[in-house]
Amino acid sequence: MTDTMANMKPDARRPAVGRDSLEVYGTGLGSRLFLGTAQYPSPQVLERAVKAAGVDVVTVSVRREGARDKGGQRFWELISGLGVRVLPNTAGCRTAREAIATAEMARELFDTDWVKVEVIANDDTLQPDLFGLVEATTTLVREGFKVFPYTTEDLGAAERLLAAGCQLLMPWGAPIGTGRGLANPYALRTLRNYFPGVPLIVDAGIGAPSHAAQAMEMGFDAVLLNTAVAKAGDPVAMAEAFGAAVRAGRTAFVAGMMEVRDMAAPSTPVAGTPFFDLK
Amino acid sequence: MGAVLEVVVNGAQARTRARTLAELLVELGYGGTKVATARNGDFVPLRKRDTVELSGGDTIEIVSPRQGG
Repeated sequence: MTDTMANMKPDARRPAVGRDSLEVYGTGLGSRLFLGTAQYPSPQVLERAVKAAGVDVVTVSVRREGARDKGGQRFWELISGLGVRVLPNTAGCRTAREAIATAEMARELFDTDWVKVEVIANDDTLQPDLFGLVEATTTLVREGFKVFPYTTEDLGAAERLLAAGCQLLMPWGAPIGTGRGLANPYALRTLRNYFPGVPLIVDAGIGAPSHAAQAMEMGFDAVLLNTAVAKAGDPVAMAEAFGAAVRAGRTAFVAGMMEVRDMAAPSTPVAGTPFFDLK
Repeated sequence: MGAVLEVVVNGAQARTRARTLAELLVELGYGGTKVATARNGDFVPLRKRDTVELSGGDTIEIVSPRQGG
């Protein structure tokens, strides 16, 4: 551990009130919630959820298209009408080579150099293959991509990704689609403290607004989620709930939270307590 | 159009007389749609589709925008 980390107190990262905006690859974003576009009951619900969440960025993918299937065109028209930035992913890729080709196809289709790079190591956990991730990222950065790497809390991988040219990291909260929240808060806190100046976006595993608020209270810069909204009983209402939770968590972090203590401490003044002398 | 070639398009066997990737897209009915392509695992940009010549056994991917997380 470095001196930097040992000395880093959470409040040292807190921005001044009124000067709090998220900047990723030179782009300022008003919302710290990134929303996925998959698994909604209908395109109309997706559209309303995006608006209810108030997000600036949505994630998208590329998939095989049949000649008579116009689904891609219809989806593109829907997304274009939302007026938000798109962040294409390389979901489902198992090798760096697949991720590189998928990113290149996505750049042409979506006309953006942003890409969320996923290289999957294992079917059951969908955990990132950190070796493949670093390999793909290194190539894609050289090709001019602005890479959003889907990674774990691993500090070594984080160092390699930043050295490859990433300007931000996207550590997982828990395995994709589990809704378990922050499975390893200690490791996430370590990552946060180790890279105080790097935008860190918690991606995947968020199930409840309280999970998102927790990540923001810990000082993470943003949260990316999909299933928790798309599979909610009322996705539009849940999108609004997540938007509020992310704002609440961020505001709490900026405000600076009290220190946790083991022993009780009276909040009402002790001085002047009636009958004090009789005890 | 040239000789008949056996290729794999999006995981399915296909027979084509197209000589280039651009011709294959027209032959299969993709003309004018918003798609991106790869051949044998490598991305083929739009501007190169009419110069990339097909060979028997080629594996072609044709993709379009989709929902994602």
